[in-house]
Amino acid sequence: MNVVLAKTETGRALSDIFAIARDRLPGAGKIADARQQAFEAYERVGLPHRRIEDWKYTDLRVLMREVLPLAPAPDAAALKRAGTALKLHAIKGERRLVLVDGVFAPKLSEAADLEKGLSIRTLREMLEAGDTALREQLFAPDNSNSMVALNSAMMSDGLVIEVAEGAALTQPLHIVHIASGAQPAAMFTRSLLKLGRTAAATLVESYISADGAKAYQVHDSLVVSIGDRARLDHVRLVEDGREAFNISSAVVTLGARAHLNTFGMTSGSSASRYQAVITFAGEGSQVETNGVNLLNGRQHADTTLFLDHAVPNCASREIFRAVVDDRGHSVFQGRIIVRPQAQKTDAKMMTRALLLSDEAEADNKPELEIFADDVTCGHGAATGALDQSLLFYLRARGLSEKEAQALLIQAFVGEAIESIADDALRELAISAAHRWLAARG
Amino acid sequence: MPLLEVRNLQVRVEENEILHGLSLAVNKGEVHAIMGPNGSGKSTLSHVIAGKPGYEVTGGEILFNGEDLLAMAPDERSAKGVFLAFQYPVEIPGVATMTFLRTALNAQRKARGESEFSTPDFLKKVRSVAASLNIPQDMLRRGVNVGFSGGEKKRNEILQMALFEPSLCILDEMDSGLDIDALRVAADGVNALRSPDRAMVVITHYQRLLNYIVPDFVHVMSKGRVVKSGDKELALELEASGYTQFEDAA
Repeated sequence: MNVVLAKTETGRALSDIFAIARDRLPGAGKIADARQQAFEAYERVGLPHRRIEDWKYTDLRVLMREVLPLAPAPDAAALKRAGTALKLHAIKGERRLVLVDGVFAPKLSEAADLEKGLSIRTLREMLEAGDTALREQLFAPDNSNSMVALNSAMMSDGLVIEVAEGAALTQPLHIVHIASGAQPAAMFTRSLLKLGRTAAATLVESYISADGAKAYQVHDSLVVSIGDRARLDHVRLVEDGREAFNISSAVVTLGARAHLNTFGMTSGSSASRYQAVITFAGEGSQVETNGVNLLNGRQHADTTLFLDHAVPNCASREIFRAVVDDRGHSVFQGRIIVRPQAQKTDAKMMTRALLLSDEAEADNKPELEIFADDVTCGHGAATGALDQSLLFYLRARGLSEKEAQALLIQAFVGEAIESIADDALRELAISAAHRWLAARG
Repeated sequence: MPLLEVRNLQVRVEENEILHGLSLAVNKGEVHAIMGPNGSGKSTLSHVIAGKPGYEVTGGEILFNGEDLLAMAPDERSAKGVFLAFQYPVEIPGVATMTFLRTALNAQRKARGESEFSTPDFLKKVRSVAASLNIPQDMLRRGVNVGFSGGEKKRNEILQMALFEPSLCILDEMDSGLDIDALRVAADGVNALRSPDRAMVVITHYQRLLNYIVPDFVHVMSKGRVVKSGDKELALELEASGYTQFEDAA
């Protein structure tokens, strides 16, 4: 009985936090009303648990054992620690936009001297300004998902980025979420990226922590709209500290003949979930969405993708790879819906998991719902162990057990990583994978 | 002291004893051929020397330069100079041959306390060895053995042998799956590596290979033992008379 009480306590504590924080959160009037509605939507469901199908493998009533207070704005010491942590994650030629403990840090960022067609503002200033058109976009994510609703209610900062029609950004935009580790805290962020017609941009999101950061909770969301014939290259790397909790949501809409190449890798955090809804709203568009989970210890990572083929003539490709050691738990849920009018849809999904220990767990759940009759759709899922004959071959050539495993693991995740179109971004993902492998010893 | 000394080796796989007290001594500079019918334990011997899991040594010992080889992990044996050219080299998709060669060579050097090869030195070395074995550069960029023909796979084994410079080479059925031209290229590669500092154990079912790699000693295995040893003439004798006589004798 105690256990049940303890679980619902977490949900109640979140309510208390909202009650305390609501008056300090940016935005009044209609923004405040939208927050209130979102919070009520959250409260109707509470923390998602295993009896909600979509959260079957990621029961937050079990995984989210405590509610942390909202992070205070970072002080000078926190910013300094964050600055040090940034160095390892720099990309050549990037435009860095840093959120420390969920608060935009101008001194660590490059938000000035913007190239033509690029506009960057903070979520905080947009919420405070209360722009009507933007308000709708900012609150567009569906509150029926209670963690999205909670994020809508609590979001305090983030980036609002617009790329004008025809602009092709030369610098990758790099949003870095850093937990300074000042104290155990929760941060709620939301960013918005809008690409005009024929625009092109690269967005990288990194989730990291400063040295010594212990328990913290990241609640993030990203709202993206990709205009007609625009292209977005997107990479997200979750390298949070080993006691961190990360729940992130993305909502992406593509116009006609648009292109999205997105890759996500989770090698950090204690428990994480990335849920993305990608909607084809215009014909002739293309999406490659690929991902990797690298887990050990008792890490839990859930990637849940929902591809909505709402219009005809679009193509989507999903490749997902999970490597799970020790008592790690990887979850991949890939749902593809092909609406009745979405003829000539070409959708494929392939997910594979590699289990390195007897206690490792990988749950793969591909779901195809096809309502159109002239489509090409397919999916496959496979789970296995490292091939002993390959391991022996490598060891007979002088590689230690860990070295041989590392080489085979890199090969296993390689297909997903190779899908990253941009060389520098691919290198970034490879170095994150190397960090995970090196930490294994 | 022999380079390799196998003393009264007894090996089981699950419930079956495969080697029943096998003994063999190989000195530096020598080439030994081990012949025998299918199921005589030839490949088991090569696997046990290389340290493949799944074999239980129930008796006897293997000394390499006087050291207990059976106490070493497969990678330690490799670093000490034991090289097994596989009968069926595995395909490793996603691991480029170049990456594999470099990782392996540097792992062996590191284990011996030697410095790692620099990239230019390594590339130079690989290119010159590859050229001598007719291995095109394109093959080195592909995944290890992925899409290689039987002959290419065996040449890739010899390439590794040349690169790692082991003191003991065990060639397990190198001729299987090779046509006569491929066999000649592979054998030329092996012969080029014969040296007074290196010993070779050539395991084969057929005498044909020994026309190309001429052994100093020939051993006949049957039912898990060496039943007869001699010089290269023994191989020719076997070609004429077959293995039946030994199966009866053993």
